[in-house]
Amino acid sequence: MRTLKDAKIGSTVRVVKLCGKGPLKRRIMDMGITKGTQIYLRKVAPLGDPIEVHVRGYELSLRKSEAENIFVEKA
Amino acid sequence: MEIKVALAGNPNSGKTTLFNSLTGSNQYVGNWPGVTVEKKEGRLKGNKDVLIVDLPGIYSLSPYTLEEVVTRDFLMNEKPDVIINLVDATNIERNLYLTTQLAEIGIPMVIALNMIDLLKNFGDDINIDKLSKEIGFDIVEVSALKGTGVLEVATKAVELAKRKEKAIPVHKFGSDVERALSQIGSLIKNRDDIPDELLRWFSVKLFERDKKVIEQLKLSGDISDKIEKIISDIEKMHDDDSESIITNERYEFITKVVASTVKKHRGNMTVSDKIDRVVTNRILALPIFALVIFIIYFISVSTLGTIITDWTNDVFFGEWVTGAAATLLTKIGTAEWLSDLILNGIIGGVGSVLGFVPQMFLLFFFLSLLEDCGYMARVAFIMDKIFRKFGLSGKSFIPLLISSGCGVPGVMATKTIENEKDRRMTTMVTTFIPCGAKIPVIALIAGAMLPDYAGLVAPAVYFIGIFAVIVSGIALKKTKLFAGDPSPFVMELPQYHVPSVKGLWVHMWERGSSFIKKAGTIIFVSSAVIWFLSNFGISGGSVGMVEGSKSFLGMIGGFIAPVFAPLGFGTWQATVATFSGLVAKENVVATFGIFFGLGNEIIEDDPTLLNMVAQLFPSVVAGMSFLIFNMLCAPCFAAIGAIRKEMASGKWTLIAVGYQTLLAYIFSLIIYQVGGLLIGALTFGLGSVAGIIALVFVLYMLFRPNPYLKKDLKM
Repeated sequence: MRTLKDAKIGSTVRVVKLCGKGPLKRRIMDMGITKGTQIYLRKVAPLGDPIEVHVRGYELSLRKSEAENIFVEKA
Repeated sequence: MEIKVALAGNPNSGKTTLFNSLTGSNQYVGNWPGVTVEKKEGRLKGNKDVLIVDLPGIYSLSPYTLEEVVTRDFLMNEKPDVIINLVDATNIERNLYLTTQLAEIGIPMVIALNMIDLLKNFGDDINIDKLSKEIGFDIVEVSALKGTGVLEVATKAVELAKRKEKAIPVHKFGSDVERALSQIGSLIKNRDDIPDELLRWFSVKLFERDKKVIEQLKLSGDISDKIEKIISDIEKMHDDDSESIITNERYEFITKVVASTVKKHRGNMTVSDKIDRVVTNRILALPIFALVIFIIYFISVSTLGTIITDWTNDVFFGEWVTGAAATLLTKIGTAEWLSDLILNGIIGGVGSVLGFVPQMFLLFFFLSLLEDCGYMARVAFIMDKIFRKFGLSGKSFIPLLISSGCGVPGVMATKTIENEKDRRMTTMVTTFIPCGAKIPVIALIAGAMLPDYAGLVAPAVYFIGIFAVIVSGIALKKTKLFAGDPSPFVMELPQYHVPSVKGLWVHMWERGSSFIKKAGTIIFVSSAVIWFLSNFGISGGSVGMVEGSKSFLGMIGGFIAPVFAPLGFGTWQATVATFSGLVAKENVVATFGIFFGLGNEIIEDDPTLLNMVAQLFPSVVAGMSFLIFNMLCAPCFAAIGAIRKEMASGKWTLIAVGYQTLLAYIFSLIIYQVGGLLIGALTFGLGSVAGIIALVFVLYMLFRPNPYLKKDLKM
């Protein structure tokens, strides 16, 4: 399965599953990335990391290492 | 009777603006006990009985971040009478997520729906009555920026507080989760420490396996087992952990509510999105960032800022205040020693620090501007990749850069870093960057010891400063103090907006004035102490004014000097100069001037001084070792005062200053001993062994595997 890290910039994906546990997973979910949420990949930072996504009507940035824990499918 | 109102909401929801319009200038800023999180309180305008506590901006009440824990503890233990929950209408789904958690605490609550005018500009619309019914709390429309609806919200909150009804949450999760929660509820019902209105809160927390709540309730083994069985059944069904199930359920509820109450006609791109497309563009982002930083640095550090600082130091304190005080003191016939204490010790010491205040205000103005308009979050976005390698945050760039001008505002700029570990680390390392006051010292030592290569010494010192920051970041990350999983970066990039003049002013004033108050006291005392020690000593059996090596400071210097012998500068002069550098780094030059009978008005490129200093140090490496020690060791008292203020802890201040001095010692030891061996100034001996051990130790700290790193790196 693909993760958010591998998704193309400019594409929209849907969250299938979040792996892991603890503070990081809770933080990602607190910010509104939950199962079934649509995510639009806005851009990648000039140095190649982190990435910026549009989720639930606002802009969120996260590192690629964090995006790796979010499994997605094409929306 | 006093009414306590808690103001809660997400970061960037306009909470500070609302707090300012609720309280006016009637505020008190402090810290939450024991942590570096800022606590603001104020009295409601026009009603002194109402105390408003501004809680930290948070997204959730999870037990993982400091801000969230502080908020949770405050709400649970201090039981405010009512909560005002500020919700940003333009970002309603994520904002309501916190609302569903606050709803379970049992405290009456009113929702202040902010930025609804902006939402309507987008072409969206909210059915407020319906929303209020579904969420279960009254909603008041406000515009924190324009100040509309603020009075209504306050009135509503006071009314709710007086009614003293407990709030019972109305939101519901999926039926299977609700069933599990009520099963848990019936197991813990009828306990004295669980009132009815908190039954859902405790059931949810137990379901989430919240450690704090489990500890607090001390459930019997039998009940714990039953609860565990309920949870693990649901976890199997949902194929997820219970904490995530609850988060999911909250958002499911919100998605449903928002779908039926908010009409979206919004296009894809707002003005903010368009700005951001340029500003954090892959190609343009770095040039734009460099330009922004250049403008700020140019105005507040190199041009206008320096002019203001020089004027305050030389004219305002140097001539006006000192002059007026001198005249006054002579007029009233003050003893010579006392006027010297007041003029040179206190006005000189405090003045040299307060001289930075106007410049700091200028700098804080720019920082507030960056933060309030939304660019600061982009700085972190752009710089994160580089800085996280050293255990710092992308936002650490700003304090480090400012420190090249002056460490005091540099340390204070760490306030913009949210994560406490990152903030503490940045505070500890930022003064390694040579500041403006260190430049005369560099010029003096370079001119005395390496006159032919003086131009190369300054860049080398800057390089060593940056190197010290990097080494510290990498090494400290692996120590117990800073160990732990890297803090999640997951960060909101708020909408750009034009900051309000009033907001900027409040922001700037808060930072500037708190420095004057808190740092002022430590500087006042320490300047007076150093003045006393350097001017007094025992002469003829009693304490009196003496000079040089006979002063207390000279004696202390002579006593401590052997400590610096392994670094190549174990003389009392070099030791005392180092101590006097604690008042202000440029004092090192004046102190040498006094010792060599050249007076304290000496400039750093005076040939006689250069010659004398050159004779003080036995070799080039000894001089360089002295220079590096003075660059890296504890900064001046003003900066230590700022560190104390930002760390909000005496212990952490000691750790920071102790660490800096230790690092300076190790670096200087390596430079003197290993460097001396390499250029043939020293022969192999015990010192060389110590130097080599120090070098190996530094390399070990840099390259050893992280003992605190868990095997499963991912989450």
